[in-house]
Amino acid sequence: MIAVELFKLVRRVRTWLTIGLICALPLVVAIFIAVTHLAPPPGQASAFLSAVLDDGQLYPAAALALVLPVFLPVAVAVVAGESIAGEASAGTLRYLLARPVGRTRLLVAKLISVTTFTLVTVVAVTVTSYATGVLILGPSRAAAVGTAPGGLPGSIAPGAGGAPTAGLQAGAAITSLSGAPLTTLELVERVLGAMAFITVSMLGVAAIAIFLSTFTDSALGAALGALATLVASEVLVTLNAASVVQPYLPTRYWLAWIDFFRQPIFWRDIQRGFAIQAVYVVVFLAAAWANFATRDITT
Amino acid sequence: MITTRNLTKRFGNVEAVREVSLDVREGDRYGLLGPNGSGKSTLVRMLLGLVYATSGEISVLGHRIPNQASRALPEIGALIEEPAAYPHLSGRANLRLLDAAGPHGARRTRRRRVDDALEQVGLAGIDRRPVRAYSLGMRQRLGLAAALVRRPQLLILDEPTNGLDPRGIRDIRDLLVGLNAAGVTVFLSSHLLPEVSALCTRIGVLDSGRLVLQDQLASLQQPTGRVLISTDDPERAVATLDGLVEHRDGADLVVRGPDPAELNARLVGAGVPVRSLVVQRRSLEEIVLDLTGTGSDQFGVPASEPGGTVKAEPPQSAGFAPPDPADAVPPVPADAVPQAPEDPETS
Repeated sequence: MIAVELFKLVRRVRTWLTIGLICALPLVVAIFIAVTHLAPPPGQASAFLSAVLDDGQLYPAAALALVLPVFLPVAVAVVAGESIAGEASAGTLRYLLARPVGRTRLLVAKLISVTTFTLVTVVAVTVTSYATGVLILGPSRAAAVGTAPGGLPGSIAPGAGGAPTAGLQAGAAITSLSGAPLTTLELVERVLGAMAFITVSMLGVAAIAIFLSTFTDSALGAALGALATLVASEVLVTLNAASVVQPYLPTRYWLAWIDFFRQPIFWRDIQRGFAIQAVYVVVFLAAAWANFATRDITT
Repeated sequence: MITTRNLTKRFGNVEAVREVSLDVREGDRYGLLGPNGSGKSTLVRMLLGLVYATSGEISVLGHRIPNQASRALPEIGALIEEPAAYPHLSGRANLRLLDAAGPHGARRTRRRRVDDALEQVGLAGIDRRPVRAYSLGMRQRLGLAAALVRRPQLLILDEPTNGLDPRGIRDIRDLLVGLNAAGVTVFLSSHLLPEVSALCTRIGVLDSGRLVLQDQLASLQQPTGRVLISTDDPERAVATLDGLVEHRDGADLVVRGPDPAELNARLVGAGVPVRSLVVQRRSLEEIVLDLTGTGSDQFGVPASEPGGTVKAEPPQSAGFAPPDPADAVPPVPADAVPQAPEDPETS
């Protein structure tokens, strides 16, 4: 059944279209930055973007930061929201269950399929943005920025060639957010860590969408429901009055993956992020199972 | 093969199925009849473990449903209301996918079983076109093929000839009769009386969720003790069969008399030219319409009274009727038959 679900995922045009579009956003951003040499100043726009002109190898991190807030959760919510509801509205659910495929088994297969989709998307973003970073932004541009800040066309942005370049010039190593240099191996480890953290963060969304998907025959409804939950969570995360519930919100630690790029790694929020996502996954999948296993299939 | 005991299903306040005790035996071609909304689909879904019963028991192929559904279902081929397939995949890919999804679908024999099933339903030549490009009839055939891929012992088919043209209907009927002869028990639900009449050996009738009749079709269609005679000289025929003629409509007579040979001898002896002489049997339509009320898709129509008296007039010929709805409409005075619920799907 798992193989069947993966086959269905692979054979859908939508899967590849979604991944393609998600990978396209960092590419577009990179092209604009490369052409204009106008990187946003540090502290503004999304994380790492200010540093990518200095070092293209950091671009995967910047790309993940770009797709994380909207693109990735939307894609995951759509795929996960469709998992059961899509089969129900197409009528294929009743044939699968009468085949017979156990309901628990189907749910597990769907979860694995959604996880695979998330992982493939995250990997695709990382790989394509690494290529983008190296080819378009270039790994050695940082030195140029540092040595001749005035000679670049349009380098009026105050952040271009700013503080972090010191480490780069010294050892040709990549700079962490904390300013200390990272070796290439360290960078790879940290990017892998960030990818794992982001994938797990998305599983919380997936669990909520799968849960909703067992209640409705509308795939769109389930996806939007999950996204509405995220938006509500985002609103509450920034609201001081809601500080009591903030540690338990699904998006509270979403940005903790950035801590992988500190020197040393700042583990506290990363661990909390993993934990809270695990709780969401377990709770919502259990609820999804409880509902789906006892529900009358009337579509 | 299928037995249910006092099976009841409530959706909120609505009792979709009430106290149904179904008995489908091995080798049957069983037709479950009933108006739209009488609970046929809910019953079928309960047999397949898709809908859980509120009370009562189900046993299919000796396994309790839903608890042992995983043991019974691999031996069952099912068509559950409309067929369904992944529209972006080809018909063949759909069948392989469904086969791979569950147990008892050995990969080694998959290609062969899929090809055999497609050939059985008349789709042997389908190409790689995606299902979204299929016609309604092709989808229906594909749905039937999906039910046949694992060569099941029992077929549970909801409206199997839906969307098929007359030739398609006959193809499928022949296929089901052939499979039945090879040992497959066929359980189908339908609201198309001629289809069931032409195919089934045993029927059950659902009305408002209750099983109001379950019997062999042959014993339901016992001769009524009347003979339908058509003659060129009705005046003399009436005179000859003095007192036995119950109804006359032009050249057609309804005559009381258990022995058609004797009636024929009398007429021929009196020199009456007999065009046709047929033993009257009750049509399935009469049997069903007598027992069932108005379909749930009709509102504001006074429900006909179930359990009415046997109507003698309709000249349904002996044997099974051809599957032509027009044939089942008897040319008798309108007040003599119960008002049939008009079902657009039968015309």
